[in-house]
Formats: sequence, C-alpha cells, structure tokens
Amino acid sequence: MKAFAALIDRLIYTRSRNSKLALIVDYLRHTPDPDRGWAIAALTESLDFPAVKAAMVRALLATRVEEELFRLSRHFVGDTAETAALLWPESGKPLPFREGVGVGSIGLAQGRWTPPAATREQSSQVSLPSPEGEGELSVSQAVDALSAATRSDAPAILASLLDRLDADGRYALLKLALGGMRVGVSARLARQAFAQAFDVPIDDVEELWHAIPPPYAPLFAWGEGRAERPDLKDVAFFRPFMLAHPLEEESIDLADYAAEWKWDGIRVQIVRGGSATRIYSRGGEEISAAFPELVAAFDQEAVIDGELLVRGEVQGGEAASFNALQQRLGRKTVPKKMLADYPAFVRVYDLLAIDGNDLRPLPWTERRRQLEGFVPRLADSHFDLSQIIEARDFDDLAQRRAGARDAAIEGVMLKRRDAPYVAGRRAGLWYKWKRDPLTADCVMMYAQRGNGRRASFYSDYTFGCWSDAGELLPVGKAYSGFTDEELKWLDKFVRDNTLNRFGPVREVEKSLVLEVAFDSIHSSKRHKSGLAMRFPRIARIRRDKPAEEADRIATLLAMVT
Amino acid sequence: MAKAKTWIEPHPGGIYVKPADLWIDPSRPVERAAVTHGHADHARSGHGAVFATPETLAIMALRYGVDVAASHNRGFAYGDGFELGGVRFSFHPAGHVLGSAQILMEYAGERIVVTGDYKRRSDPTCKPFEVVPCDIFITEATFGLPVFRHPPTAQEIAKLIGAVRAEPDRSVLVGAYALGKAQRVIAELRGAGWDAPIYIHGALEKMCALYAGHGVDLGELRLVSEADKAEMAGQIILAPPSALNDRWSRRLPDPVTAIASGWMRVRQRARQRMVELPLVISDHADWDELTTTIAEVNPGETWITHGSEDGLLRWCELTQRKARALHLVGRDLEEEEA
Ligand SMILES: [Zn+2]
Ligand SMILES: [Zn+2]
Repeated sequence: MKAFAALIDRLIYTRSRNSKLALIVDYLRHTPDPDRGWAIAALTESLDFPAVKAAMVRALLATRVEEELFRLSRHFVGDTAETAALLWPESGKPLPFREGVGVGSIGLAQGRWTPPAATREQSSQVSLPSPEGEGELSVSQAVDALSAATRSDAPAILASLLDRLDADGRYALLKLALGGMRVGVSARLARQAFAQAFDVPIDDVEELWHAIPPPYAPLFAWGEGRAERPDLKDVAFFRPFMLAHPLEEESIDLADYAAEWKWDGIRVQIVRGGSATRIYSRGGEEISAAFPELVAAFDQEAVIDGELLVRGEVQGGEAASFNALQQRLGRKTVPKKMLADYPAFVRVYDLLAIDGNDLRPLPWTERRRQLEGFVPRLADSHFDLSQIIEARDFDDLAQRRAGARDAAIEGVMLKRRDAPYVAGRRAGLWYKWKRDPLTADCVMMYAQRGNGRRASFYSDYTFGCWSDAGELLPVGKAYSGFTDEELKWLDKFVRDNTLNRFGPVREVEKSLVLEVAFDSIHSSKRHKSGLAMRFPRIARIRRDKPAEEADRIATLLAMVT
Repeated sequence: MAKAKTWIEPHPGGIYVKPADLWIDPSRPVERAAVTHGHADHARSGHGAVFATPETLAIMALRYGVDVAASHNRGFAYGDGFELGGVRFSFHPAGHVLGSAQILMEYAGERIVVTGDYKRRSDPTCKPFEVVPCDIFITEATFGLPVFRHPPTAQEIAKLIGAVRAEPDRSVLVGAYALGKAQRVIAELRGAGWDAPIYIHGALEKMCALYAGHGVDLGELRLVSEADKAEMAGQIILAPPSALNDRWSRRLPDPVTAIASGWMRVRQRARQRMVELPLVISDHADWDELTTTIAEVNPGETWITHGSEDGLLRWCELTQRKARALHLVGRDLEEEEA
C-alpha cells in the first residue's frame, strides 16, 4: 500500500501528462502482481465495492472521532475520504478527544475482521515505518478484504485495514474503496503507461485490456514476456478505432476515395463475442449500460463501427440533434420514459469482424461489400446502413456538402477505398471534411480566469445577444479560437472594463463584439436565452462593431436545428 | 486573588493590560507594547516603547526600522522581565522563531500567560517552548483541528532531499516564509547532512544574515541573482512563497515547486497553491501539541486568540476545561507563515 499511496500522492501534485505517464510506468515496472493490477484498476475507477460507501465511512468515523470535531474537520478539508484519513486515530498517539467521549454504539470488538493467518503475526508492526513488502498491508489484501465485505461487517473490516496504515496509506485505501480518485489518469493514459512500461504495441494493449478483468495477470505475464499474447476467442473485446485527419487538400480524386456523411452523434463500436454484447465509446470506455436496447438488439456474432444517434420526433423519426443524444449519455440505468422519448439507433459505417473472422486487414471496398450484406441481418428498428454519397466528382461533392440541411450531418468523411482498417490516425487514409461553421456577432458579458498556463489571464468568456426587449442574454461561453496576442488584448480589455467581481468572475462593460463560430445551435432549457451552442469559439474580435449592432436572439433562433 | 477580568482586557486589536497601560501584540501603534515575536501580525511599527526579547527587537529593527538603541525600547533575555504598574512581566521561550517568547504576567496573585505563536517540536534555530504554569493561558490555535498532525520534520526534509536527488537536471524551489521558516528549513537541511550551497531569493538575504549573526549555522548561502542557471541544477533554492509562480522563477533550471507549511497537510490546499512537492513543516503547534500543551499547563481558564478556535474550544468543552475565543483580528499572516 505504501508504493501505491506514494504513487497517488505524486500523481495528485504532478500536472504534466508526460510526468504522470512516467510515474505510472515506473510503478508498473517495480510493483509485483497482483498489486499493480489492482492499483491500475483503482486509478482508472474500474473497481466498485458495494458495501463501502461514503455514508458508511462517516458512520464509522463517528465511532472514533467526536461528531462536532469531525464536522468541523470535514468542513475545512472538503472531502470525506481525506478527512477520515487524517482523523483516524493511530495507536501510540493521543486521541483527538478525551477517551470515552463520543464513542458511538457500534461495538467493534466483536465484529473485528481477522486478517489472513500469513499476515496476522506481523500486523502489530505495520503502523511503524517498515520496508516494502513484509508485514505491510498490500493493495491486493485490501481489495480481497473489501470485496468480501458485506454491509454488516464492512465497517469492522475497513476499520481493521485503516488501523494498519499511516495517513497517506489511509487516504489511498479510502480512495480505492470509495472511488473519486481524481488524479487525472484516464484509462487511455493507464494503457499507454502499460505499453511503455513493457515495450509492447499500444494497439495490442487497447485490444487486450477490455478482454481481461483486473488485476490483469495474463496481461502482465504477456507484457513481461513470460507468456503468449492472451487468446481472445469468444471474448467481446474492444478494437481501437480508425480515425480521420481533417481534409486540407484542395481536392481529392473520388476514384480513390469513397464519400460518406459524417453524423453528429457518438462513434461507437458494438462487439458480440462469446455470449456477451458490449458497446464501447471512442476512448474504449464501455457504455453498454446506457443503451440496453441496443445491447439486446445486436444479436449477431460480429463487430461493427458506427454512429450512435437518437431518433427525434421533430425530424420525423430521423436522427435528432446531439442535444437529444446528450440526454442518454453517462447513465448507469435508463428509465423507461427515456427509452421511449429518446430511442437510440446506430448508423453502421464498417464491419470489423464477423463469425470470428477479423476483417480489418481487408480493403475498405471488401469490408463495405460484406457490410452491405450484413446490415439486413440486424433489426432495422435499431440499425441502418450509412449511405455512400454518390457524387460525380469533387465539385459535386462540395455542392452536396454545402447543401446538406440535416441537423445531424456534421460534414463528410472520405475513406480510401483500398485501405485496411488500422488503429489511430494514418496519413492519407481517412479524412473528415466538416461543414463550415455558423457564426454570430455577440457581446462579451463576463470573463473568468483560465487554467494552467492561462491561470493569470481572463481567457473564458461568456457572451450574449439582444432580446426583443433590448436586453443582453447569455448565449454561450468560449475559451478558444484566439491567438496569444489576441488573448493578451482580451485580458487587458477585461481588466480595464470590469464592472463587478463575483469570486473568480468579472462582469465587464457590454461594449465588445466577438464574432463567435459554432458547429450548431440548439434550444436549451438551461439557459435564459433558451439556446445552447455546440463548440463555440472566438472567430474574430470585432472592435469595429458597436455593441448595439450585435446579433439578436431571434437571428440565432432561426439557425436552431 | 484579583479577578483577571478586572485587569486584563482582550480587544480585537490586541490584549490590553490595564494597570500597566500596556498592549500585547497590538495591531495598531500604541504608547507601550510588549511583543511576543517578530512576525508582522504580532510586531508592528510605530509604537512609543517596545518590550521584547533582544532577538525580536533586532528583527523589528531590520524589518520596520525600530530603533533598538533608543532607551525606551527594552530587550529582555528569557526568564528576565520588568515591572510596570504593579504587574510583573517576564519572557519565556515559545519555540516558534528566533526570539519568540511567551509573556507571563503576574498581578495580585494571578498568573496569565500569552503564548503568541508557538510549537513544541524541536527547531535548531530557536529555544524550545517551556511550560509556564498559570491561571489563564492565552493560546493561539492556527491548527486547532484534529486533521492537523504534522509528520516528523526529518521525514519531510528527507522528502525534499530525495526530490532533488531524483532529478539532478532540475532544481527544487521551496517557498518558505522569510522570517523563521526559511532559516529553519536551511538549518534542518544542514542537520540532515546537506552540505551544498543553498540558493536564496534576495528577500531572504538580510534575515538569514541576522540569524547567522545570532549563532544559527546556515552554512554557505548564495544569492540566485548572482548565480548562473546551470550551477543551480540539482540544488535547493529558497524563496518567499509569493515568488514561486512569478517571473523571478524563470531564471531557475526547471524548478520543482515546493511549499513548507503546515497547511500542506491538506491535499486540496496544496493543490490550490499549485505545489508539486508539499512539505508539511510548520512553526505552529499541531493539534496534538496544542491539546498536550493545554493539558500540561492545566490552567484554570484557556483563552484562544486566533486560528481554528472552534475545534480547540470543542476539545476544551469535551475535556471539561473552561475556555473562550477572543477573535483577535489581523492575524491573517498565519496563512503564509504557518
Ligand atoms: Zn508567528
Ligand atoms: Zn501569528
């Protein structure tokens, strides 16, 4: 637990991604199984101990620390796990209150958890600084104990584990148990660290990761060259996505490239292997739970790549805006009404495997041929085929792109006809050609300081447009699109034109017009203006334009899709 | 026995001792002031006469131009004191910074101690705290919550040395308060065997010299402004916390930023300060030191001047000790120097 606690601590205070990567690489190389596997699962929030929740930790603390002192401490620290880690009484140190005072009714003596025999003799010495390894509570011992806990014995088990750790160890244990690590380690970063630690291809790691549960012993064995690459037959594992570069060429030959609409939903991969069906998002996160109807409907032994969309009534059953889809994202359970109001479906782009055969090495034309034969095998209520745009030439395609009015169309995809399906972004294989953005002239209303490198600049701007009543209403917030020079100028403008300060936010004189570019605009109940922009960014600073001539809300409403 | 409340009055701006017409650590200029130590929230300029330890007077002379030579300003060694208006004042070590003192007042059979700021753990730059029995104990409570338990100083110093050695191409820049903390960190480093020159920000130079002049061995110190970038790789640099993220630090070789403060115990706090290496080194008593001290002094009544008084008050209540909070103002420096 010491090495894990030290890792967490260093990750908390390390800002750069590369340094975080280096820390995890080092940890993976120098920590034995199964601790490193559990640790990495904890860092990426892949563990859940149903018997251990924040309320239970608070109740446990109430048996050790007087209630008011706990409340004051929790208020100061702001985080239950950290407060508990700091307050937990250590043997040999005075209690934070007079003995006997504040001890609640839970009798710990009877329910005390007994550590496995192997560690029992040494448990008396673990609160003292001891060398790595012997006598120390390991991450896997903690995981085993917490997994075995039931709601009734969880407090006693957690207490006995906390008793064996110092303050940093207790923090690590409680974060592992409760989740909410917040050390800036994504699953992607963890997998990169694994690839780097053992010098194996990241694509292989991405594939294998989802197929093997924590603590990933076969993965480490393979990484260290002690075993063959794990066999993934009959497993619903994730294949890394093939991605596109933005189109920068003036023109390309459609004899070499096929054109397809780019839809404004979320890219997903649906995998059925063995008896499991899983839905993965672009980063390889599993999102099956949010879309149970798709899991149920996908009944073929295959792997597809497609765009997940929601059917909107407004569009007469066609794909609805991204806004509608957002209602469905990030859920662990989906209410019935949600399923009825925002039915999801997948527009299928590609076929990566079928009946156990990997199609990825085949050229796009061949995969497409098989895809067209495959999609009719799926329920048309939940799956349809992404259509190829039949354009005569590039100019014709450009015209169709410009004329596309469908809200869910984000632009055009261009795919090289002879290219295999390869992970990541490869030059010259796939291009995305987005629709030109929409723009509006808005007035700056509020500004806020940025993060990191920009912490000393007012770099986040809230802007508004005029209502019919002549009132400025906020329509969006942007923090990009400007050059460093422009940022300096904007920062100075904010400082020179501040009307009010609300904590980190400054209200400014409503005099500066910003030309804001955005991909689309939707109606939203969350904003007073009733509008929400997608991907707004500052296109130009319009110092030449008087604020009264900025756009009106009515103009923006006409752009709503 | 006289009733204390008749001769001593706590005011938001300091503690007034009536029979002597004297203030302790007043926040505004007064005719007569007794000063516990040199930190700006306790020692102010512009008083008519100052009573303090000779070290504190020297610090006040350096920081605020107080004229030490003037006969109305008087310095007293630990254990010594003076009498004024029937009140006997004496100075006793507080273990906080060089020259820091608790002030004991005896009047009509009653004993009152004002601690100023203090700590109980060892500090190579000043004399350790002494328990002075009294009827009323007027204590600080900067870290008056049980979450504050400072780890052993040696452990934090080892962490600092470990960080420098781990990345010899970089430097470690430690934000440490200019009076007390900076010199203590340097002295602790020397004690741990760190013999290399330690680089300092210009704002620390005079105070370090003052400490050295009082016999505190700080080893070889070099000014950052006179060093070139390359020579500071793999070295430890000290600066006031306010200089950590300003342009000054650009002259250093890729510094790892550290802050030495008791506040670093709480991760959220350390994160807010954009620290990469939090060092929990404090010149203030932690929770255990505060509560142990009250138990040892065992006064009839405890008055709490400033800090997290709610936590300490609650502890007094739970241990059936009479206590009250004074809510002294202007003690916000603790944010920086703790
Ligand atoms: Zn002080
Ligand atoms: Zn103070």
